[in-house]
Amino acid sequence: MLPDMIKRQTPSKMMVYLSPVLALCLTLLAGIFLFLIMGVSPLDALHAFFIEPVSSLYGLSELGVKATPLVLIGVALSLGFRAGVWNIGAEGQLIIGGLCGGAVALYFYQKTGFYIIPLILLAGIAGGMLWAAIVAFLRTQFNANEILTSLMLSYVAGLLLNLMVHGPLKDPEGFNFPESRMLSDSAILPTLFEATRFHIGALIALLVVAVGRVLIAKTLLGYQIKVMGDAPDAGEHAGFSRSRIIWITLLMSGGVAGLAGIIEVSGPIGQLLPSISPGYGFTAIIVAYVGRLHPLGVLFAALLLALTYLGGEEAQMILNLPVAVTGVFQGLLLFFLLASDVLIHYRLQFKKRLTVETVVKS
Amino acid sequence: MMELFIPAILTIITAATPLLFAALGELVTEKSGVLNLGIEGMMVIGAITGFVTVHLTGSATLAILASLLAGAIMSSIFAVLVLKLHASQVPTGLALTIFGIGLSALIGQSMIGVAYQGLPVISIPVLSSIPVLGELLFKHDILVFMSIVMVGAVMWFLYRTRYGLILRAVGDSHEAAHAMGYPVIKIRFLATLFGGAMSGVGGAYLSLAYSPLWVEQMTAGRGWIALALVVFATWRPGRVLLGAYLFGGITILQLHAQALGIGVPSQVMSMLPYLATIIVLVIISSDRSRIKLNSPASLGKSFHPSR
Amino acid sequence: MNSTSTYLLELQGMRKAFPGVLATDNVDLKIKPGEVHALLGENGAGKSTLVKMIYGILKADAGSIYFNGKPVEINSPAQARELGIAMVFQHFSLFDSLSVVENISLGMDHACSMDELANQITELSNRYGLPLDPQRHVYTLSVGERQRIEIIRCLLQKPKLLVMDEPTSVLTPQEVDKLFITLKRLAEEGLAILYISHKLNEIKALCRNATVLRHGKKIDTVEVDEESTQTLAAMMMGRELKEFKHPRKSEPGEIRLSVNDPHIPAADKTGISLQILNLTVRAGEVVGISGVAGNGQDELLAALNGEKRSSRADSIIIEGRAVGRMGPNERRLSGLASVPEKRLGHGAVPDMDLVENAFLTSFTRLRLIRYGLIDREKTVEFAKKIIRNFSVKTPGSDVPASSLSGGNLQKFIIGRELMQNPEILIVSQPTWGVDAGAALTIRQELRELAAEGAAVLVISQDLDELLEISDRIGAICGGRLSRFYPTSSITTEQVGMLMAGVCLEEGMPHVA
Repeated sequence: MLPDMIKRQTPSKMMVYLSPVLALCLTLLAGIFLFLIMGVSPLDALHAFFIEPVSSLYGLSELGVKATPLVLIGVALSLGFRAGVWNIGAEGQLIIGGLCGGAVALYFYQKTGFYIIPLILLAGIAGGMLWAAIVAFLRTQFNANEILTSLMLSYVAGLLLNLMVHGPLKDPEGFNFPESRMLSDSAILPTLFEATRFHIGALIALLVVAVGRVLIAKTLLGYQIKVMGDAPDAGEHAGFSRSRIIWITLLMSGGVAGLAGIIEVSGPIGQLLPSISPGYGFTAIIVAYVGRLHPLGVLFAALLLALTYLGGEEAQMILNLPVAVTGVFQGLLLFFLLASDVLIHYRLQFKKRLTVETVVKS
Repeated sequence: MMELFIPAILTIITAATPLLFAALGELVTEKSGVLNLGIEGMMVIGAITGFVTVHLTGSATLAILASLLAGAIMSSIFAVLVLKLHASQVPTGLALTIFGIGLSALIGQSMIGVAYQGLPVISIPVLSSIPVLGELLFKHDILVFMSIVMVGAVMWFLYRTRYGLILRAVGDSHEAAHAMGYPVIKIRFLATLFGGAMSGVGGAYLSLAYSPLWVEQMTAGRGWIALALVVFATWRPGRVLLGAYLFGGITILQLHAQALGIGVPSQVMSMLPYLATIIVLVIISSDRSRIKLNSPASLGKSFHPSR
Repeated sequence: MNSTSTYLLELQGMRKAFPGVLATDNVDLKIKPGEVHALLGENGAGKSTLVKMIYGILKADAGSIYFNGKPVEINSPAQARELGIAMVFQHFSLFDSLSVVENISLGMDHACSMDELANQITELSNRYGLPLDPQRHVYTLSVGERQRIEIIRCLLQKPKLLVMDEPTSVLTPQEVDKLFITLKRLAEEGLAILYISHKLNEIKALCRNATVLRHGKKIDTVEVDEESTQTLAAMMMGRELKEFKHPRKSEPGEIRLSVNDPHIPAADKTGISLQILNLTVRAGEVVGISGVAGNGQDELLAALNGEKRSSRADSIIIEGRAVGRMGPNERRLSGLASVPEKRLGHGAVPDMDLVENAFLTSFTRLRLIRYGLIDREKTVEFAKKIIRNFSVKTPGSDVPASSLSGGNLQKFIIGRELMQNPEILIVSQPTWGVDAGAALTIRQELRELAAEGAAVLVISQDLDELLEISDRIGAICGGRLSRFYPTSSITTEQVGMLMAGVCLEEGMPHVA
């Protein structure tokens, strides 16, 4: 028998933190079910998915590499989501950031100098901001829904990158492959540990978490973002400008997504390819939600979702499972999280067994 | 001239049909006040389900029915989360899309490279032998005919029947509808299921007729374009028809331009449908009064029946 | 109970509890056919709960309902309508985007063709003096016209009992008179009417009997003619309310706020554009703006507090400063505070706690930001001070605004503005949905603020309230302000004419 849902008088603070844990458990259960259907031993599969990838130092460093863009974009998106600004085109902003930063890096191909890395990072940020600025402009000037415009621009960004690596940015000595040259050493982010790909981008991501935390909790801007997301009319009453918040959150999330893009390009990838992201921009949406739209939460959520990427690759190698399992897991996790969140505002009450009295009454 | 013209129109029709199905379904869902951003996910699931079914059974009819059902099941996940568990509609729709793309890729793993000859073409006797017009209007596969019939059916349902009136009322004000004793949640559930089923069929059209094979993420953003079409149409079924054919035209235009070897890179041409979507959104949305008067007033809002 | 009962409706021992409150407790009620029966009580006395049980929206925890002498169980509004019970709600259940006839059709249990229904609507509207065009869309109609839809919808069902929940709160005095004529005629034709109100003069004018509720309990059922408004009030409140004392200042001081036609076009086709606005408020006086809902009150407040800016700086002058093009915070710094009508979502952020809500409008004037960061400590102190000084009932300052009752939240919001010592205060609907005790406190606070030398502007739909607290009174109609008159020299009827956009002076052109 289905339990009744009783509205709580005040939202449960405990459930805010428990809900992601519950969602993870439910996702694992669903995963076991899924593996059984696919005829794979759930134990082997879960081991391959969640244990194997992080059972070596190299594996842990790869986790950090995968988590870096997710942390960056997750923090930035959660600021926007809190303001009710639905930038779901971070993937496109990431691509343009990578493209712009990459182009600058290629321009300085034969130069060396300490200034190159900061310059390409700035170019990446500027690229992402520019792409998001289009969305902000269309939203504030023409009232165009940012969900649709930002998403459409993601497709355009993908095609633009494709065009560039087929054309102007193609490696002249690359046998006509649609790839750029490898970036020169002075444009590659330094790694933090020998023989890993763990690079300083991870530190930048941690910095962004700290900045995001202070911004949302302590500053007037953070307060404005929260008010605008919760009650826009109250925000106007307080004298906050709706379009200003739309601009700021979009520029911030676009800039950070662009930064994530160039960090990918000048970090683990090292060149421009037709595709520079396995959908980090979209996965970051899940990261933001699982992280409760809170910078510290995002950090943990990003590690978890980075693990699903690694696990997907691992499961493919060991068990010959399709990589698509990763996407299913990510979707399921968000579903279960959204479902578990009902417990923040409601509590469940299981119906009492039918007693003689209630039967007689009905 | 005609030799060029007729095939061009015919391809526009095939490009428009999946958009028409998905957008019509979403229109009904939105008219009831529910914003389901998961069309892309439901379409892609419809596409793979249809393709797998036709591969296994050889029956196009079964394939269409299966995709219809698959789309409805997908939307029922959304409906339970949003209508029963009060989840917020925007992230739930996104989750549906992410999940659908992942699941379809998983199911479709073994379908890559498998071919299908496409839906059979039905020629309506007598009418189809009219020169030019017969070819254009009366010689199509079943889904093209169905999509046009559905436009009429949705119009009739929304504006001529009592249930349509109730559905519009629920989308306008769920509090008022609830106060009058109409089952808001149930009506929205059904409208969401209808939207899912239509998206499923729209997706199936892609894998059964438009390009009869399976490719991962073969919907390529059409679900999102369908969402934009509903706004473009200011929530009117007749204009959804117009919009779908307009976008079908743009898609085909870029394909033909590529084929003709016009000196524009193919990537730029491929951007056209997406850029057109943005432009259309901007033009329609900038008239705020019009959007406000036409969009269902409780669209996207969660309904908690008060005590 | 035998079936030859003379009563149409009889309630016995109705009881309904919600988590934390006993909304109605053991309430009885009897109505005869053709009787206009008042259900009298303050906000929160349990009137709405009781009628919702009659209409099948709420299920009673205990008690029985007899209709025409037979015990009935009413589980849904449809069942209530089946019996012959119709209800006009205080908040209309209307669909803005649909036409009048579509709206009415939705309220009917038995569908008939739209054309036939439209004819019936026209016929009824002519017969009872309720003019209404069946094909108009609801969003184009005034509040009074919307109420007519509800009434006609009810009458089409040929009900035996009509329940009306505070029907006059949205009407001008003239419209109220017309409504009463219609209701009396309906009663003469044998319709029983259950009339819910807390306005004693209306009940005196219309009803034969009155049942008085207080804190969910029935106090008494009385014959209205044998009671005075004072005795009815005493029954309703349970205590003699202190008569409101006007600490009126003898002479108003210098001009604090002056408004000179800040033309502000409507945000969209459903909004009101502000056209003719001329107004001055002086130190020490309370000025009241009456008007029927939807005539530009929200737009006026937004124009004055800076949420909507004017194109001309000198169209709004605060303390000698031309602020027409400035935003809310600059106007606040100049000394203007405001309290919007909608508390949750406009005056306060529902999901934020009281500390964060205290910060909302005070951070500039009270300098609650230090080194770019929010001074949480000082804000907490401020929030606690508001709670203490305005006796806001709350478990603490860290609960969300949405958990407070309407009256307590209003005290908190008004307190937040008053504690900043504004030179000018603009309040919209200060006591809407607030219990009588809190309402009295709020009105006194407003008068006291004026006595201390501030200029106070009150926008309200409650005419009685305005007549009670303002020194001067005017009205807003269709986005235009009337002239203002000393409250002591104007009658209710005259204010009603102002509310309808009629100009009082002879020979003056019709302003509205």
